[in-house]
Amino acid sequence: MRDEGIVRERIPRGAPVNRPMRSSQAPAAWLLMTPALAGLLLFLLLPFGLAVVLSFSNLRMGSPLPLEFVGLANYTLAFTDTGLTRALLNNLLFALVVVPVQTALGLALALLLNRPLAGRAVFRTLFFLPVVFPLSLVAVVWVLIFAPGPDGLLNAALGLLTFGGWEPRDFLNDPFWALPAVMLTSIWQGVGFQMVVLLAGLQAIPRQLYEAAAVDGASRWRQFLHVTLPGLRNPLIFVVIVTTILSFRVFDQVRIMTRGGPQDASNTVIHEMVRTAFDQGHVAMGAAMSVVFFLVILGIALVQRRLLRQRGEVS
Amino acid sequence: MNRWPRLRAALAYALLLAFTLLFVAPVLFMLVGSLKPDELVLAEAGTLRAFFPDTISLDNYRAVFERVPFGLYLASSLIINGLIVGLGLLVNAFAGYALARLRWWGREAMLALVLAVLVIPFEAIAIPLFYQLSWIGWRDDWLVQAIPFVANPLAIFLFYSFFLGLPRELEEAARVDGAGVLRTFFVIVVPNAKAAFASVAIVLFLFHWGMYLWPLLMTTSEAVRPLPLGIANFHTLPPLQWGDIMAFGVLMVLPVLILFVVFQRWFVRGVASTGIKG
Repeated sequence: MRDEGIVRERIPRGAPVNRPMRSSQAPAAWLLMTPALAGLLLFLLLPFGLAVVLSFSNLRMGSPLPLEFVGLANYTLAFTDTGLTRALLNNLLFALVVVPVQTALGLALALLLNRPLAGRAVFRTLFFLPVVFPLSLVAVVWVLIFAPGPDGLLNAALGLLTFGGWEPRDFLNDPFWALPAVMLTSIWQGVGFQMVVLLAGLQAIPRQLYEAAAVDGASRWRQFLHVTLPGLRNPLIFVVIVTTILSFRVFDQVRIMTRGGPQDASNTVIHEMVRTAFDQGHVAMGAAMSVVFFLVILGIALVQRRLLRQRGEVS
Repeated sequence: MNRWPRLRAALAYALLLAFTLLFVAPVLFMLVGSLKPDELVLAEAGTLRAFFPDTISLDNYRAVFERVPFGLYLASSLIINGLIVGLGLLVNAFAGYALARLRWWGREAMLALVLAVLVIPFEAIAIPLFYQLSWIGWRDDWLVQAIPFVANPLAIFLFYSFFLGLPRELEEAARVDGAGVLRTFFVIVVPNAKAAFASVAIVLFLFHWGMYLWPLLMTTSEAVRPLPLGIANFHTLPPLQWGDIMAFGVLMVLPVLILFVVFQRWFVRGVASTGIKG
């Protein structure tokens, strides 16, 4: 066997050594690639193309009307006649609150756990724990935590903290509190993710940088500003972008906790899309919302690429 | 420079304990709620009894099995996730290997395709995919909840990156010995890529175990519905028994927790490397 291999390599003199291998590898390569390729085409690219096509049609579930091309009608109507505009604003507000709060909290936890403390691993496990909880379960547990009346866990806790000054309220049915309640639930579930990414980033910063800064007489605060933060640049961009994208994908919590209410106060793009296309059967309009949602995500992804490319770094 | 080491340490612990309270309270609340009589869960939610019950019973757990087909939900979740993880490892590792190691016409185009579709979130195609599969009459079974998620661009990319980093010498030795591509892959590559397989398996499992939107769209029979849909429905099923719901929650998260405790290192690494979590 071994001899044959050597002989084969000697025969094509002057030709690239791997030429025969190249031709012999193509069938195997396509064999290995085909199952994944079929899956990606059938369950990702085809529906994606279908979303675009359907968004220009009048398709409704169970409608007797013939299928027609309606141009941009779904797009204009989506913004004026459905909850989409309000939902987009809610997602934006969600991102504006959740991204900074969750990142700051994740950074604080990572900094605390980056010190040589006994029991560090236990704390890390506890903070990471909610990340492995399914969102549907988290949402149901928090419905109970947000229970109305003085007996509700959160109402009672706030009453205790304010020495009875807190007026108990029905968080999930309150136009002001519904969205913040969903935000709080999401932060609780997701902050462990920021923490582990930032902790890995912190541990990758060379110790010598801190030692050099200390020799130069830099205070802890200045070390944080000039060593820690620049060292965390890429992990920070990564978690901020991922959390921003997740902020626009919010669905499970909203569906289970508030159903988008009251009066769309906690409605989100995906929730509006499911309500329109699935609950109301207006598939074409839902497809238009899918496309709008995709464009938002694409925009965020392009910003990320730009930020990471600026220094010639690719993540 | 570090004048008050003890004070600093004490401060750090105080902060950590405060955070621990915030993170653990909801979990403890669920666990304790699952162990006490239904009517007391809400009634005592505002007191310390929410965390330190005076009576404990497993009645709620029995009620879960009596009131809803919990065993069916669990079986569905296990089957669906078993298919996604099992087939997903094979299919995506195949593709990642072809892209990272083999020379073939079309390699660049396929790599570009995988990277391009990475940006499409599932929510953007859920509605047309729901329509597309309903149109051919495929809905309401286990397979329709698994097969669309087997090929995963992120998993392909993770395998691709990992295989690029493997030393080539081993494979070349095998190739010189006359082993074909498939044989080389299974005998040489797979045993040396355990880390990649573990990370991808955890990521696929963690992401799909909690999947809620897709089963909501695609299923109507309780017999094929997975746990997330089960708890969402249970929570709206009258009479509202919070103790039962919390027991359902504990049972639902238990398989993940066991896996998490056993494979914690891989969980953290997998999640940190990908950022995938709906």
